[in-house]
Amino acid sequence: MNTVKKIAGILWIAIGIYAGYILIVTQAIPKFSSPKPEDLIPAIIYAFVLTPIIVGGLVTFGIYALQNQYDSTEE
Amino acid sequence: MNNTKSEKGIAGVIAASSLGTLIEWYDFYIFGSLATIIATKFFPSGNPTAALLSTLATFAAGFVVRPFGALFFGRLGDIIGRKYTFLVTLVLMGVSTFLIGCIPSYEKIGFLAPILVLLLRLLQGLALGGEYGGAATYVAEHSPEHKRGFWTSWIQTTATVGLFLSLLVIVTTKGMMSKEAFADWGWRVPFWISIVMVGISIVIRMKMKESPLFQKAKDEGKTSKNPLKESFGNKLNFKFVLLALFGATMGQGVVWYTGQFYALNFIQNTLNVDITQASNILMIALAMGTPFFIVFGALSDKIGRKWIMLIGMLIAIVSYRTIYTKMYDSGSVKAKTEIAANTKATTTTVADAKNVGDSIRTTITNKEYTDGTKYVETKKVNIHADLTKADEKKDTKIDKVANLDNGSFWSLVWLVFIQVIFVTMVYGPIAAFLVEMFPIRIRYTSMSLPYHIGNGIFGGLLPTIALFLSTKAGQVNEVAAKAGTALPYDKPYLEGLWYPIIIAGVCFVIGALYISNKDRNVND
Repeated sequence: MNTVKKIAGILWIAIGIYAGYILIVTQAIPKFSSPKPEDLIPAIIYAFVLTPIIVGGLVTFGIYALQNQYDSTEE
Repeated sequence: MNNTKSEKGIAGVIAASSLGTLIEWYDFYIFGSLATIIATKFFPSGNPTAALLSTLATFAAGFVVRPFGALFFGRLGDIIGRKYTFLVTLVLMGVSTFLIGCIPSYEKIGFLAPILVLLLRLLQGLALGGEYGGAATYVAEHSPEHKRGFWTSWIQTTATVGLFLSLLVIVTTKGMMSKEAFADWGWRVPFWISIVMVGISIVIRMKMKESPLFQKAKDEGKTSKNPLKESFGNKLNFKFVLLALFGATMGQGVVWYTGQFYALNFIQNTLNVDITQASNILMIALAMGTPFFIVFGALSDKIGRKWIMLIGMLIAIVSYRTIYTKMYDSGSVKAKTEIAANTKATTTTVADAKNVGDSIRTTITNKEYTDGTKYVETKKVNIHADLTKADEKKDTKIDKVANLDNGSFWSLVWLVFIQVIFVTMVYGPIAAFLVEMFPIRIRYTSMSLPYHIGNGIFGGLLPTIALFLSTKAGQVNEVAAKAGTALPYDKPYLEGLWYPIIIAGVCFVIGALYISNKDRNVND
């Protein structure tokens, strides 16, 4: 199980980066360039709240998994 | 555990701390429950969708700020103690809520009105961010080890009961006055009532003693000097903060908001069910489902927290689309058979008092369906004297209200109840789970942040993101229909569900792989 946990770390890093791409490129940037004023708040939330949490959090989590930080001791 | 109280004593502790937490949730949710009316009072009128989105944004602001409240008050709670910290959050919440009910409308004071609403909403979010972690920690630190899931699950009922209470107060207030009076000033009453409830709760909380485990740590000089640094600057602890977020609270947050807020939004805005009837559906489902928080909390003491939460998440993921399809089939008039002979339409045209020369044409259409459902559509069209000003989209406003028959009503109650059961599975054991993950000296800070990011940000943004996804699918279908091509989305109203399904799916896999079912120690 510890090997699976470690290898899955790559998956979490990939999901984090992909989510960041979706949030910034397909959501935040079009909304920042939108003429509608109501688009500004979601753009700010996507760019400055969700992206750092999801990208930073999942990538760090993935790195920790790769470093065997979550290995269980019972095995 | 030497420092825990007798069961009778714990019941008192639970009652006192739960009451305050319940009131904080009530305060927080009346804003969301009155979102539509607040939009018309505090945001520039025009496009109703824009007004609703503005309110949802404010709603989101209330959620986004919650993790900051968790950091600020969590730090205080780990330095000076749980009791005084969650007393401060209660006062902050009560005063902010009361003041929202006192702000003059946009028509009277202009843009100052929405700015004040936004500021007070931010304060509400900060207060809530500090409250929950304190209450959960406080109760857990009083509980015996073998019943920690059971006792903390009472705190877990407060969010749902707070939502229930907010709907009950709104429905009761509405029932006591005319529709016009409620729209004019009656909506403020639920905000004013809060100050009385908060006052009572403050008196009760003042009499409470500090958590025995925290007091012992403080007496021995073992409390943290810098909880933020120890929680998030120390890899050994931070890895568990991340695990709590991505393996538990993130999925829990979206399941919670889908089963309650999204369900209510769907019934009101997609099925166009009358607001009182929609509130009643949710209230009955919540009342039926709430005892299950205790059931699953107690069960987690016997079989562990992990799999109850994760199985709840998994069932939610695989069944959401089916449940919402059935909700649509039960509640939407598009899925019912109309009695064409009973359809009546009346049209009146009156002069527009605001714009000389213009007029407003109102068409009211009453429809009846074979199952007994009644439907009223009010279409208002502004007719301009100057034809160059005409804009079909801006000039037309359609209000749809369906009054469901008994069978459809109870079908919806049942379908929302099933979702509330998922909520109780993921949420019932989570306070004990989070408390057991972190040591006393930094527990308040460490558990509050992942909880409020998971619940407040991933969950709180659900209505906005889900509305965006389903609206976009609807727009794509409209374009395809105009072009005469096949519709890309078979059921556009289900597209919003992809957000909770994906988030809960990732959370389930992380939780299943990495979470241990064994850490039960809160004394360290």
